[in-house]
Amino acid sequence: MNELQELYREVILDHNRQPRNFGELENADRVVEGVNPLCGDRMTLYVNLDGEQVSDIRFTGTGCAISVASSSLMTEKAKGHSIDELRTLFDRVHEMLTGNGTGADVDIDALDKLAALSGVRAYPTRVKCATLAWHALIGAISGSRDRISTE
Amino acid sequence: MSAVSNVASSVRSAGIAARRADFPALHQQVNGKPLAYLDSAASAQRPQAVIDAMVAHERRNHANVHRGVHQLSQRATDAYEGAREKVSRYINASGSDEIIFTRGTTESINLVAASSGKMRLGPGDEVLITWMEHHSNIVPWQMICAQTGARLVAAPITNAGELDLEAFHRLLSERTRIVAVVHVSNALGTINPVQDIIEAAHKVGAVVLLDGAQATPHMRIDVQNLDCDFYALSGHKTFGPTGIGVLYGKRALLDAMPPYQGGGEMIRTVTFEETTYNALPYKFEAGTQNITAAVGLGAALDYLSGIDFAEVARHEADLLDYATERLSELPGIRLIGTAAAKASVLSFTLGDIHAHDLGTVVDMEGVAIRTGHHCAMPVMEHFGVPATARASFALYNDRGDVDQLVTGLKRATELFL
Repeated sequence: MNELQELYREVILDHNRQPRNFGELENADRVVEGVNPLCGDRMTLYVNLDGEQVSDIRFTGTGCAISVASSSLMTEKAKGHSIDELRTLFDRVHEMLTGNGTGADVDIDALDKLAALSGVRAYPTRVKCATLAWHALIGAISGSRDRISTE
Repeated sequence: MSAVSNVASSVRSAGIAARRADFPALHQQVNGKPLAYLDSAASAQRPQAVIDAMVAHERRNHANVHRGVHQLSQRATDAYEGAREKVSRYINASGSDEIIFTRGTTESINLVAASSGKMRLGPGDEVLITWMEHHSNIVPWQMICAQTGARLVAAPITNAGELDLEAFHRLLSERTRIVAVVHVSNALGTINPVQDIIEAAHKVGAVVLLDGAQATPHMRIDVQNLDCDFYALSGHKTFGPTGIGVLYGKRALLDAMPPYQGGGEMIRTVTFEETTYNALPYKFEAGTQNITAAVGLGAALDYLSGIDFAEVARHEADLLDYATERLSELPGIRLIGTAAAKASVLSFTLGDIHAHDLGTVVDMEGVAIRTGHHCAMPVMEHFGVPATARASFALYNDRGDVDQLVTGLKRATELFL
């Protein structure tokens, strides 16, 4: 069970069972739909902005444990952060998930709970499950009106 | 052979054990466990005989076919045309000119839709399919309907995943010009009553295409006995290589159809004013085909010719019954597709666990299954699920594979519930 526990860490199982910030946000400033066409994962992300800061963030949708947990963890982390901070965070998370980075290894400790997602890196077929929420976040803070797709 | 599952060997019957040994890919460890390959509906493994035939062709006989006067070209042509003969005999076509090599079932269907569809369809006409079609037997018809003004009609399925025959007959009319139906459903395993469908369709003057991608691994096909007008199949589902498939068509229909693609091989003479087309089957084989894959397909059919399909049917029915029984014991299991006539496909969901998580967990147990919508989104919509997990069986699987799957699914339950 070791490899499995590396992927499905307790934090992920917990956030899958009880996703945080799950549900619609009425009259949200930004609404972005994210789809993972290969898996059928689907999420809608609702973001309220107070100036440059994410004041509230919620999501709805269906997906696998990785995708739901990633969405839940992302919303938990994003609340209260500025758009600039979130862009930096996206780069770090993306690097952690895909291993494609600009150089220096990601400081996993700085990512706090998000580090639980790092097990995904060993499963190339599951990386997109984890990145979907983060692409949706970038779409939302960039003001994109398009549907975000991992393909 | 050293890595053969010792869990499984005790429950393996002698006849089947001998066949399993013919497939080298099955004898390996995956994630530290013996491989239980339950994804043959996506792509079957190949027997050593197929691999050997392809390697031998590549090493000694490769050249382009036809028109070559040199020795290798002659050998390659003999091998390629020999493979066509084998296909023709295997499915009992009335001649090898009725056998067109394509890239696979998808291209075979696209060929008929584009060529026959263009000729046969106009505004007011209808193409009748079913709700259980693979996307490759939906989209080509949508495309040609959009071009010709014809209408695409889909016959519904029941909660067991069977074709609603009453509705099918109601939807079949004088307006129906083409009926395109899956012989065996990839997502549900349902075996359709194709003989009845063909008979009824012919009464209203429609031609019938059968998508046989999932049928050929499980049963012998006799196209003349079926009296279908077109039959499409794939090499890699039939224990052969990828990149090769077959379109069978009745000679008179193929003769009347315009070419699908233009290029070399499909022509008789070319001037800048006019081109005259080659005879069947070359009219539909523009460009150099996948010669080595055709040779591999021929070898696969040779292999299958030595197999008693009545025995395969008994073996697979036993496996399906066993798997159905074992999986039914799991709390939260929902079997999707419970047709009375069913081939070796078991589609299911397990509690709220997403199919992809199931796929990853059982992979850790060495079990290969497919997860997702299986290119049959209307089927998923019918059953109200975004995705299913699908275990599919072939002649080389055994009860040990099923046991391994059940172990994996129990792990998933422990982990997620």
